[in-house]
Amino acid sequence: MQFWAIQTLNSLALGGLLFLLSSGFSLIFGLMRIANLTHGALFMIGAYIGASILKVVPNLWLAALLGGLVVAAFGGLVERFILRKLAGNVLGQVLVTLGIAFMIADFCLIVWGGDPIPVPTPSYLQQPLRFAGLAFPTYRLVVIGIAVAVGIGLYFLMERTRLGAMIRAGVDDMQMARAVGIPVSKLFTTVFCLGALLAGAGGIIGGPMLSAYPGLDADMLPLALIVVILGGVGSLVGAFVGSFIIGFVYTFGVALLPDLAYVILFLPMIFVIAFRPRGLFGKFAA
Amino acid sequence: MTITRRKFLQGIGAGVAAAHAPWAAAQSDAIRVGLATVKTGPLASGGLDMERALVMYLRERNNTLAGRKVTLSVADTGGVPAQARTKLQELVEKDRIQVLIGPLDAASALASDDYIRSQQLPTISVAAAEDMTQRKLNPWFVRPTSTSSQCAQPLADYCAKTLKYRRMAVMADDIAYGHEMVAGFQRVFEDAGGKVVQKMFSPLTVPDYATYIAQLKTNVDGLFIGFAGSNGFRYLRQFNEYGLRGKVNVVGGMTALDEAVLRNMGDEALGIITACWYSAELDNPVNRKFAPAFRAEAKYDPGFYAAATYTDAAVLEAALAAVQGKIEDKKSFMAALRKTNVLACRGPVTFDDYGNVVGNVYMRRVERKDGRLVNSVIFTYPAVSQFWTYDPKAFLANPVYSRDWPPAKNLES
Amino acid sequence: MSRGAWLGALAAALVALPWLAGEFYVNLTSQVLIAAVFAASINLLLGYGGLPTLGHAAYVGIAAYVSAWFFLKLGFGHWLTAPIALAATTLMACLFGLIALRATGLGFLMLTLALSQVLWGTAYRWVSVTDGDNGLRGLTRPAPFGIDLDDSTAFYYFALIVTAVSIWLMARFVASPFGAALRGTRDQPRRMAALGHNVGLIRWVTFVYAGFWGAVSGLLFVYYHKYIHPVSLSLQSSAEGLLAVIAGGSGTLAGPIVGAAIVVILKNYVSAYIERWNMLLGFVFVLIVVFMPEGLVPGLRRWWAAWKARTK
Repeated sequence: MQFWAIQTLNSLALGGLLFLLSSGFSLIFGLMRIANLTHGALFMIGAYIGASILKVVPNLWLAALLGGLVVAAFGGLVERFILRKLAGNVLGQVLVTLGIAFMIADFCLIVWGGDPIPVPTPSYLQQPLRFAGLAFPTYRLVVIGIAVAVGIGLYFLMERTRLGAMIRAGVDDMQMARAVGIPVSKLFTTVFCLGALLAGAGGIIGGPMLSAYPGLDADMLPLALIVVILGGVGSLVGAFVGSFIIGFVYTFGVALLPDLAYVILFLPMIFVIAFRPRGLFGKFAA
Repeated sequence: MTITRRKFLQGIGAGVAAAHAPWAAAQSDAIRVGLATVKTGPLASGGLDMERALVMYLRERNNTLAGRKVTLSVADTGGVPAQARTKLQELVEKDRIQVLIGPLDAASALASDDYIRSQQLPTISVAAAEDMTQRKLNPWFVRPTSTSSQCAQPLADYCAKTLKYRRMAVMADDIAYGHEMVAGFQRVFEDAGGKVVQKMFSPLTVPDYATYIAQLKTNVDGLFIGFAGSNGFRYLRQFNEYGLRGKVNVVGGMTALDEAVLRNMGDEALGIITACWYSAELDNPVNRKFAPAFRAEAKYDPGFYAAATYTDAAVLEAALAAVQGKIEDKKSFMAALRKTNVLACRGPVTFDDYGNVVGNVYMRRVERKDGRLVNSVIFTYPAVSQFWTYDPKAFLANPVYSRDWPPAKNLES
Repeated sequence: MSRGAWLGALAAALVALPWLAGEFYVNLTSQVLIAAVFAASINLLLGYGGLPTLGHAAYVGIAAYVSAWFFLKLGFGHWLTAPIALAATTLMACLFGLIALRATGLGFLMLTLALSQVLWGTAYRWVSVTDGDNGLRGLTRPAPFGIDLDDSTAFYYFALIVTAVSIWLMARFVASPFGAALRGTRDQPRRMAALGHNVGLIRWVTFVYAGFWGAVSGLLFVYYHKYIHPVSLSLQSSAEGLLAVIAGGSGTLAGPIVGAAIVVILKNYVSAYIERWNMLLGFVFVLIVVFMPEGLVPGLRRWWAAWKARTK
């Protein structure tokens, strides 16, 4: 009983973190049709920057916000000066994001070295929460809450604001959106920045769980891909649901069938693309 | 500060030019030493320490060993076995090295095995791959550090006899190093009357240990962790977050709480016992000079990797002295390497018939001293060999330590 | 200089290399040749088929592991293990092709990535067969006609011959009517279907053929290194191959070869002088994709033509 309860909570916590990571990816993929392979690296550099900011500003939430903004600014520069030059060359954009990911990874090695950097959990959340004979890290429960809050926030952004309407229009029908006068270039930059912000802040928020270490980008990127393909490109609901599904699949899969962990992880994605390319809630095929 | 090979060679050049002219005239050719280490990727921090300590050793001796000048060529294997082989070829074919120190990781050592044999390259290793000094013995290979299980076996003995644990769980990275270490621990622990009731392996690069921690049996006397790199530190942090600190005693293998990782940890590490062939706190004449000097330069204590190359260099120097610096006579040099008897920063070093070290293994406990965490030595097992107390021939007749051997007969589901 | 003259000069230089340069450079060129076959096989899919693949290292891996396993565990000679490895990989490519080709474009990319990650994970975890992170070692090089390939010059010529034959066969494939149909499906799939071509079948055949040549490069790889490790199946390896093709110029024959040379030299040679060569690799790559998106070979041709026109 204890095993199932704790694993369920673990799955939810992992799912929450994955949502922070993949919501931005889904938006970028959905609107700009770019599979942003830099996304894992943005998550990682967010974690590193957050760890450094925390040395000066000991408030995790503030660090997450500031770090997220820094990563967002970087994302904006990448979009404006590199991705825009490759407009229309979808493959080129994907590959360039891969090249930039390599560069960011090495950059982090230069600046922060090869050791993992711990991101300290806020002291008031360090004690585990004990209930019904179980102990569970309080911080991970908070992460679940943050993911839900961000999800609600993004929902409001998409459904109730002008920006959201423009994004949805662009995802549905880019040609018409342009025809109707939506400033698509600015929109792209905004969305890319938003995605980068979510990734960077997610890296810092995930810091107390995962730390910042070289290779974090390569660990997180496939998970983001799987979530977004499964949930459906361009759909926030899809990213949300997909994150938690993968959280469960991964956590229980590793516990019950450790040798097949990788197969289990990728099988959903293979099935989805092969048999239902839209994913669960997507508007179009990947 | 990282040292590119170019800069280093320039430094050597300047040093030689300014150095003692009569000496330079006496020996015409410098001894060419190669270092295969990891400077990029997750193993990088250990690799950089390897380089730093080796450079320090040479610098302390004015880059002169046994009366001859020494040049050092450093190659980055990236922890990728195929690259390790290519880099090794570069060191041998382009830089014409005469002796190799390293590589760092077991997979790179295994990948280079046949090349070392065909080139007859004396190699003083850091990597722990067991079979290279056991069933697939490489005659050009000596290892002054440790096999994967060499330190785990005495630790198992300590757990059973001193700590009086009866039931233990074991966990390690799902790589050869982890398998070998855990297998050695399990064998000695069960032969001493204990029972290993749970065995878990996690992938080397898993981001989160939550799912493994949830499965851990909490009714054990202790948990042995055999992680490499930074995984030990990450695991322990999450271990504490799940409220297990104090509920389950933790003991660790030689890399789990290495000084390199320890410096980033906090109170959660206090009291944990690990077994290793080195500790920065060792009190012998060599280490009393080495540890403070390293700390002054790097601003942190030397750990496994720094001590490894520093020890390797001591072995190299002793062997060179035994052949009066004539490294060109490969067979004599190799024989001298294997007969080395030297006091290094880890304590006394000799080799067994298989080229592996026989040396002290220290039981260490994490304590706070001078405001920082250190591995204090609480017990020493002297002259430990890779076979522990087993007969070498009988040991080698068994299959190599692996995930499934020795079979775990006491697991509880 | 005409194209023929360029090719002739290159061939002469390659043949004469062991007399011009030391063992290290001969070995480096052997590695370039192996990478060239790999890149060329990716190019069949990417450049001529319009199908970007991020999982081609899987074929290198399967061929290498099968060859190693049959040699180590069953003691088969190379004249047996080679065809077995090639056959097994081709079968795998048939299966993977059926799955991957259910999508095109980015979906295809993701599927190839997913399939190769599954194989990579299996190679890591199926320890009883692959020895996991230890890799398989103790392998040997074949001795065709009794010539010992352990000598680097001998191996170099062996690799040179295999590479030349492979590239030539791939060139014939591309120039054939089937190749023309393939390019048609890349540019105008709907029109091709309307004209009666079986687009899916054309793509699938190309996929399998590309997998076959990937296997050939895998055999060369395992013979050269005498060692195989799961990292050779990883995303990193596939990405490097893809990078090589893009950098050199997809859709041309020379492009992948030039790209492979760049990647191998950066990895093995430049990394001795510049520690953060990964960053340099990424940077070079970004530059090429942005300023010369069609690749180095067509881009240089373009610059050359423009310069010639200007100086007329």
